[in-house]
Amino acid sequence: MVPGYRSIMQFTDDHQAFRASVRQLVDTEINPHVDEWEDAGAFPAHDLFPKLSAVGLLGLEYEPEYGGEGADHSFTMIACEELGRINAGGIPMAINVQSNMATPSLAEYGTAEQKRQFLAPAIAGTAVAAIGVTEPDTGSDVSALRTKAKRDGDDWVITGRKLYITNGTQADWICLLTRTSDEGGFRGMSQIIVPTDSPGFSVSRKLDKLGNRSSDTAELIFDEVRVPVANTIGTEGRGFQQQMKQFEIERMSCAYAVVGQCDVALERLREYLHQRTTFGKSLASKQYVAFRVTELAAQLDLLRHHNYATCEALVAGQDITRMAAVAKLTAGRLVREVADLCMQFHGGIGYMEETWTARFFRDARLASIGGGADEVMLQVLSRLDGFPTS
Amino acid sequence: MNIVVCVKYVPDAQGDRTFKDDNTTDREGVDGLLSELDEYAVEAALKLKESGEGEVTVVTVGPEAAADAVKKSLQMGADKGVHVCDDAIHGSDAAATSLLLAEAIKKSGEYDLVLAGLASTDGTMSVVPAMLAERLGLPQVTQVSTLEVEGGTVKGRRDSDVASDTIEASLPALVSVTDQINEPRYPSFKGIMAAKKKPVETWSLADLGVDAERVGLAGSWTKVTSFAKRPPREKGEIVTDEGDGGTKLAEYLAAQKFV
Repeated sequence: MVPGYRSIMQFTDDHQAFRASVRQLVDTEINPHVDEWEDAGAFPAHDLFPKLSAVGLLGLEYEPEYGGEGADHSFTMIACEELGRINAGGIPMAINVQSNMATPSLAEYGTAEQKRQFLAPAIAGTAVAAIGVTEPDTGSDVSALRTKAKRDGDDWVITGRKLYITNGTQADWICLLTRTSDEGGFRGMSQIIVPTDSPGFSVSRKLDKLGNRSSDTAELIFDEVRVPVANTIGTEGRGFQQQMKQFEIERMSCAYAVVGQCDVALERLREYLHQRTTFGKSLASKQYVAFRVTELAAQLDLLRHHNYATCEALVAGQDITRMAAVAKLTAGRLVREVADLCMQFHGGIGYMEETWTARFFRDARLASIGGGADEVMLQVLSRLDGFPTS
Repeated sequence: MNIVVCVKYVPDAQGDRTFKDDNTTDREGVDGLLSELDEYAVEAALKLKESGEGEVTVVTVGPEAAADAVKKSLQMGADKGVHVCDDAIHGSDAAATSLLLAEAIKKSGEYDLVLAGLASTDGTMSVVPAMLAERLGLPQVTQVSTLEVEGGTVKGRRDSDVASDTIEASLPALVSVTDQINEPRYPSFKGIMAAKKKPVETWSLADLGVDAERVGLAGSWTKVTSFAKRPPREKGEIVTDEGDGGTKLAEYLAAQKFV
């Protein structure tokens, strides 16, 4: 908590204890291995996820019957803030995919049998999940996706491609958004769980990214993949609407993580500015430097408290479409600015791969692209404000 | 099997640690936490409990804030807590603390095994477990890096520079464990929620029937007479290599008796 601020969120001792536990886990189980995972271009999800599960991180808001914790959303927010403190953006992103992007629809609309088969192992961390929405020609425009599932008796037969899929090479199942009728547009789509050991499923390539390198990203091929119709999540034909709701949680988990990322970055930056001497004085003693850092710290406070307000609204069951879009847009832009300033104030050494600022600069760039680009957030907001934009 | 774990609330080793005017550790003006070395003892107890049946009780002696050490142990999975808290305890040394722990353990009920950490991370004396064993009349197996209980015996391995000893004792016994024995768990969300419903007893000296003269600064056998801050690190010597760098380094190491 920022000194001098009284949050409207009423954090209890339980919140603080949980925050301390997640921070300890990050410091001991994750951060010491991050460099190695960055070099490897992937982290061992099947090794790490059970450790996260032991603390409750993979099923915070899900039903205890399936191994979930039955917590409210405020604990998800704390978890995301703390996971943002991981020394690489790829790991919190991959964890968020498991806990806040690929599983919410299943938890909300899935049948008991589906939850036993797919949700319970995802909460336990024994199964890795991915979310399959984006295609080679459709990113922001979800309504244009082309992957198609045709009904054949009690099965779906799925054909198509999905691109930029986080956890794609390691996933045990995909929460796939696909067309299940010819209606076109946002109609006639469904969410279907596709186990990755289904015949016809393949990973065509692991993608080489600018940043978030410790997280594997893949292109997936569905070549007449046959899965039971019983794997359809919720209502057939309502996939787009269900996915849009799932996106809201995704947007917030990104905005929460940015708070943790920027907290750590500004802490590290301040420490460096106090140590680094130029022209006989510390960098921290220069007003321009101090003011620039402080300005961003002030903006971070605003994001943090907007997040808290959004979290409260979500817990109270209110619609958070606008608040989530504001949070995601603000977070994406802020983390880029913080990353840029961290590099700038480190000077030459900040541009070196051996300094944390280099990875942070690369990783931060994704926040304005992934999980709904800034422009998608602006489109959501301008429509809410009555602009006839498309 | 009923297991008692002794835990201590200590100032955070990451923060500034200070002494008060009476040369006792400042435990109130600084952030404190469950001594990290005690987490291994709690974990060892939880593992034994999980492999069979029984109950884990954590006992601490300390000021009001020390309740946090009990709480964290309960969040990790211990079943109940005992907190010995009384103004008269302030300044108690290791011997006085062991007296309070012994009386609290006796009062807490039947037990088969008493566990402790290697040392506290503030005083780092490592003597309380031995003193406690003496007071309770228990065999002591200290500083072990493995722990097994079978039938009526406890067995552990103590590693030293020259050898590893395997030590066995009959139960009830006291065992202190090192930081090599396990990886302590982090409190889970379920653990944090469950801890709120677990019983914690807070006992005063009167509850334990211990005379105030036997504890505190006055009742302690040892006394800290003065303290000094660690001197700042001196500037190192820089050896410039002018073709004879290796020789100079060897000479330096020889002078320091490293080689």
